[in-house]
Amino acid sequence: MRRGRLLASGGTGIALLSLTALLFVGGGRHHVAVAADDPAANDKPAFGDTFVQASIGDITGLIPNITSDGPSHAVGGLIYDGLVQTDKDLNWIPSIADSWQFSKDCLTLTFKLRKDVKWHDGKPFTAEDVHFTYKAMMNPKTPTAYRDDFELVKDVQVLDPYTVRIIYSQPYAKALGSWGTPMLPRHLLAKYVEEGKLREAPQNTTNPIGTGPYKFQEWKSGEKVVLVANKDYYVQGRPYLGRIVYRVIPSQATIFLELKAKGVDMADLTAIQYARQTDYAAFKQDYNKYRYSANRYTYFGFNLKDPRFADKRVRQAFAYAINKPELIEGVAMGLAREATGPYRPGTWAYTDKVKRYPYDPAKAKQLLAAAGWTDKNGDGILRNKEGQPFSFTIRTNQGNEERKKLAELIQQRLKEIGVQTDIQTIEWAAFLKEYIKQKRFEAIILGWGTGIDPDQYPIWHSSQVGPDQLNQISYANPEVDALLEKGRTTCTQKDRVPIYHRIQEILAEDQPLIFLYFNDALPAVSSRVRGIKPEPSGISYNFIDWFVPKALQRYTSG
Amino acid sequence: MRRRRRRAARRGELGQFWRTFRRNQLACAGAVVVAALALVAVLAPALAPWDPNRPDMKRILEAPSSKHWFGTDQIGRDVLSRLIYGSRISLAVGFVSVGIATLIGIMLGAAAGYHGGLVDGAIMRLVDLMLVFPRFFLLLAVLAFLKPSIWTIMTVIGMTGWMGVTRLVRAEFLALREREFVIWSESIGAGALRVVFKHILPNALAPVLVAMTLGIPAAILTESGLSFLGLGVQPPYATWGNILNDGKDLITYAWWLTLYPGLAILITVLSYNLLGEGIRDALDPRLRQSALGRVLRLGR
Amino acid sequence: MALFALRRLVLAIPLLIGITFISFIVIQLAPGGPFDYIRGEESGQDAKLVERLNKEYGLDQPIYVQYGRWLARIVKLDFGRSFQPDAKPVLTKIGERLPITLFLNLIQMIIIVGLAIPIGVASATRQYSLFDKVTTVFVFIGFATPDFWLALLLMILFGVQLDWLPISGLRSLNYEYMSFWRQQIDFVSHLVLPVTVVAFGGLAGLSRYMRQSMLEVVRQDYVQTARAKGLPEPVVIGKHALRNALLPVVTILGLSLPGLIGGSVIIESIFAIPGMGQLMVQSVFSRDYPVIMGNLVIVATLTLLANLFADLAYGLVDPRIRFSRRRGRRR
Repeated sequence: MRRGRLLASGGTGIALLSLTALLFVGGGRHHVAVAADDPAANDKPAFGDTFVQASIGDITGLIPNITSDGPSHAVGGLIYDGLVQTDKDLNWIPSIADSWQFSKDCLTLTFKLRKDVKWHDGKPFTAEDVHFTYKAMMNPKTPTAYRDDFELVKDVQVLDPYTVRIIYSQPYAKALGSWGTPMLPRHLLAKYVEEGKLREAPQNTTNPIGTGPYKFQEWKSGEKVVLVANKDYYVQGRPYLGRIVYRVIPSQATIFLELKAKGVDMADLTAIQYARQTDYAAFKQDYNKYRYSANRYTYFGFNLKDPRFADKRVRQAFAYAINKPELIEGVAMGLAREATGPYRPGTWAYTDKVKRYPYDPAKAKQLLAAAGWTDKNGDGILRNKEGQPFSFTIRTNQGNEERKKLAELIQQRLKEIGVQTDIQTIEWAAFLKEYIKQKRFEAIILGWGTGIDPDQYPIWHSSQVGPDQLNQISYANPEVDALLEKGRTTCTQKDRVPIYHRIQEILAEDQPLIFLYFNDALPAVSSRVRGIKPEPSGISYNFIDWFVPKALQRYTSG
Repeated sequence: MRRRRRRAARRGELGQFWRTFRRNQLACAGAVVVAALALVAVLAPALAPWDPNRPDMKRILEAPSSKHWFGTDQIGRDVLSRLIYGSRISLAVGFVSVGIATLIGIMLGAAAGYHGGLVDGAIMRLVDLMLVFPRFFLLLAVLAFLKPSIWTIMTVIGMTGWMGVTRLVRAEFLALREREFVIWSESIGAGALRVVFKHILPNALAPVLVAMTLGIPAAILTESGLSFLGLGVQPPYATWGNILNDGKDLITYAWWLTLYPGLAILITVLSYNLLGEGIRDALDPRLRQSALGRVLRLGR
Repeated sequence: MALFALRRLVLAIPLLIGITFISFIVIQLAPGGPFDYIRGEESGQDAKLVERLNKEYGLDQPIYVQYGRWLARIVKLDFGRSFQPDAKPVLTKIGERLPITLFLNLIQMIIIVGLAIPIGVASATRQYSLFDKVTTVFVFIGFATPDFWLALLLMILFGVQLDWLPISGLRSLNYEYMSFWRQQIDFVSHLVLPVTVVAFGGLAGLSRYMRQSMLEVVRQDYVQTARAKGLPEPVVIGKHALRNALLPVVTILGLSLPGLIGGSVIIESIFAIPGMGQLMVQSVFSRDYPVIMGNLVIVATLTLLANLFADLAYGLVDPRIRFSRRRGRRR
C-alpha cells in the first residue's frame, strides 16, 4: 500500500538519503530490496510492525472453547494459553505449566505452574483458574464440542496456588495434551458459566482476557480482528510483531490479488497458485513460499452397511482402480503425499509397512469378478448375479473445488472398470443432517483432521456409530476395537507404537475407506518477516519469534 | 364474415409487426445470434471436437492451441467442447425455468385479473410473500430435500420467478376487463371463458412473450450466480456459469477459463435482451405511429 | 382512494403475520439445525448438549408454539439473540451491517438514476439512431456481464496492474492514523470499484424502462398537440413529456426501496465488504433462525409499504385501473 510504505520510510531517517539515489534508479518497489542487503538490519530482532493475515472466514466468537471453526481457534491461540503447547517436533512442552509429573500407575498428573503468568488485566494466573476451566468445560450448560477430553477426569485438586493435581479414573493416553486447552479466567467468567450464559459474556464478543502473547484490540464483524502484542508476556521480550490483523476476505480469488498487491502479508496458497502462478520475479522477491504436510487427509469412503461395500474385495478393487499418483499430480499439483493410513508420514505413530494398492485396473476387475460383479454381455458395465448394474452416487460437500475434481476423476476411473457413478455436491449442513447422520449415503469424499495424539477411537471404534458420532462409515473390527482401547489407556509412548502400527496394517488390508493423500499446506509469507524456521510440522510453532527488522517495517504499530 | 375480417386484420397485424421489427437492426442482430446459439445447442455432438467430460491429466491448463482452440481446464478437459455442450444446459435452464414461471404466471395472473375481489387479493398477497422471501433460502431448502440436479434448479428458479408475469397478465386483464365490459355483459356463462381466451389472452400474450424472452437471459445469469455460491448444476456437467466460476481463481493465469464462458454469457444475454426488446417495440400498439394500428386492434 | 389505502394498511397486519408464519415454517424445513456446528473434528457431536440447547431455545416445541413465542417477542420489538457462538442480539448484528449496505445502495441508486434517466430520454428521442444503438448495447453489456467476473477484471486492472485503487475491504489498515480528509479519500477509493460494478449492472433496467416510458408518452395526443402549438422541442420534451414519462419510473423506484437493505452476496464476498448480503447467506448456511427472521420481518414490512405506495401511484397514473368494486361505470 503506497501510504503505509511512505509512513514507514519516513521513520528510517538517514538511511533514506542513501536510498534516495537508488530509488530513482530502481523504481518504487526496489528500495526495500536494497535495505535487505544490509546484513546488520537482517539479523537484529526488532519489536514492531503490523502483520496482516488473510482469513477466508470470520471468527464466530472470542472464547475458543465454545467455537468449532478454524479462524476462531487461530485467533484464540494467540490470545489464550494452555498449560502445555507443542514444539517443532510436535512434542508437548511447557507453556503456563513449568513442569509436570505422572504417577507410576498413570492415574495422577501433577502440574507445577509458572509463577509469573498474568492475565491481560493484570491479575495473576493461579491453579484456581485451571480448576475453573475444567469445571467450565464439564458444565452441561457450556456449549463446547471438546468435553470428552475431560470425561475421564475424576477430580482436579488445587494443592497450592501454583500446583494442581488431576486424578483420572483410568489411564488416559491423551491426558497431557488435553491440558493444552485454552485457560479461562475464573475471576471474570465464574458467574457466566454458572448461569450457562458463557456466550453472552463480554469475554466472548468485546473483551477477551487471556494470558497469551497477544491482547485483543478490536473485532469488526465480517471485516477484521486486531490484536496487539502483550508487553507483559511471561516469555521475556516476546512477541516481536507489534500488531496482528486478521483481514476477513471471503473470496480466494481476492485473497490472491491482495497478496499480489501486498495488501496482506500471509495467505495460504492453493496448489495451482503455488505451482504455477507465483513463479515470477516480483513475487519471489516479496514473498517466501513454504510447504509442509498438513494435518489432514482426504479419503474416498463407503457406507459399510451397504451390502455391496461390505465385501472387502470390492473396496480393495476400487483401491486398485484409482490412480493415486495421478490424483496427486492433477488435483494437488504434486503438492501432497500419498496416504496409506490415517497417520501422517513423519509422525511417531506412522508406519509404511502396510499393504499398498498401486494402480492396476486388471486386478480391480479380477477382485470384482470374485465378488460377483462381471460383465457378461460385454456392454462395459459390471453386473451382479441378478443382472443389476454396479452403480452408486458419490457425494461430497459443496464449495470444495478439490473434492469436486477428485470426484470427477474417480468417476472416470471407475467408469473404465465398468462401475457407473454420479456425483452430488451438497451444502454442508444439509449433507451432515440428511445424509451423514442418517447414513443415507453410498460413497463419500471427505477428509479427516489428524490431531496431535494418534488416538482415533471416535473414528474407528465400533461403538461410535451413533448418528452424532464420528464412525460414519460404520466400521467394525474387533481386533481394531481392542487395539484402540489399549492405545488410549497406555500411557508411555514407546508402548503405544506397536499398537498403532498394527492398526494401520489392519486398516490397509480392510480398506474401509480409501486413503487418498495428505495435502500440503502452502503458506506464502511476506519476505520482510524474519525468524521463520520451517519444520515438517509447520512454520507457526515459533510465531512469537517472528520479527521484521526495523528498516523493513511497513506499518506503524500503535 | 366476421372471421374473414379478423383473419385479414391479423395478417395486417403480422405485417406491421415485421416491418417495425425489421427496422430495429439491433433486434435483428439479436435474433440471428439467438438462432445460431439454438443451432449450436442442438448440433452439439456434431460440433464438439472432444468429449466434454473426459479428463486428461497430461494436459492440464493448456493455453489455447490448434488442438484445443479454447484451451483445457484444471483436469485437462477441452474448454470449447464444454462450452458447446454447456450451451445446451444453460439454454435448457433458461427455457425450462422461464417456461415454468410463465405458465404459473399466466394461470395466476389470469385468475387474479379475471375474478378480482378475494381471489385477486389472495393471489397478490401470495406475490408479496414470494417477493419478500429470500429466494436463496428457498433454493437451499428445496435443494436439500430433493436430489440436487438440473431439474430441481430449473424448477426452483421457475417457481421463484413467476411474480412479474403474474403482475403483467393481471394488469392486462384488469385493463381490458374495464374496457371490454360491454361485450362481457352480453355474454353469459361459458361465453365469458371464450371472451377470456379470444380477446384478453392474445393481448396479454405480447408482454408475456417479451417477459419470456427477457427472462431467459436472467435465468442464465441466475444460474451463474448460483454456481458462485456453490449451488449450481452438479459436476461433471458443464454450464457456462460453472466453467466461469471454476476459472475465477485462475483469472490471470488461465485467462481462457474465464474469458470464453464470460463472453458466451455476455453475448447470449445481450442478444436475448435485444431480441426481447425488439419484439416488444414491434408488438406494442401504443408505440406505433399509425392510428390504423389502433383501430385494427380495437376491431378484433 | 383514501379508503383503499386505509383498508390495505389494516389488511397488512394479518398479511405480515401470514408472511412471517409461512417463512418461519419454510426456514425450519431446511434440514440441519443451528447447533450442528458444535462438532469437534476429533470428538463428534455431543447429542445431549445439542438436545439441551434445542430445549433451551424452544426448538423442540411444535412449530406453531415456536412461532407464537417469536411473534410475542417481536411485537415488543425484541428480536432475540443469534444462535451463533457470539450470541449477539439480532438487532446488533443487523445494525453492524446495515449502514454500509444502505450507504452503498443509495450511492449506486443515485448514480443509476442520474445516468439512466438522461440516457433513457435521449435514447427515446433519438430512437434507432447511432446514439440509441450504442447506449443500448452498452447498458446491456453491463447487465449481461456476470458481476463477479467484471469485479475481478477491474480489480486486476486498477488494483494490481495500475495500483490506483485498493482491491478489497472498506478502509486501509492505517486508517486511524490518517487525517480527516485522507480518511474520506481512503474510504471513497475503496468504494469506487464495488459501486462501479453494481451501477454498471443496474443501468440497463432503469434506462430501458425510462426509454420505454418516454417512447409511449411522446406518441400521446397531448404531445402532438404541444408540438402543433409551435412550442420548441426541448420544452415539449422537457416540460410536458418528461413529467408524465417519469411517473411510472418513480413507481418502479419506489418498488425497489425495500431492496435497499439487501446486499449482493457476490459483490460483498469478492470485495470483502461486511454487508447484509453476507450476513443473510451466512445465517442461512448456519441456520441462524433469529437473524433470518429478524431480517425477514424488516424486509417484509418495507415491501408491503412500498407495494402499497406503488399501487397507489400506479392507480393515479393509469386511469384504467380503479380501486373500487364499481363495475360498468362508463367514463
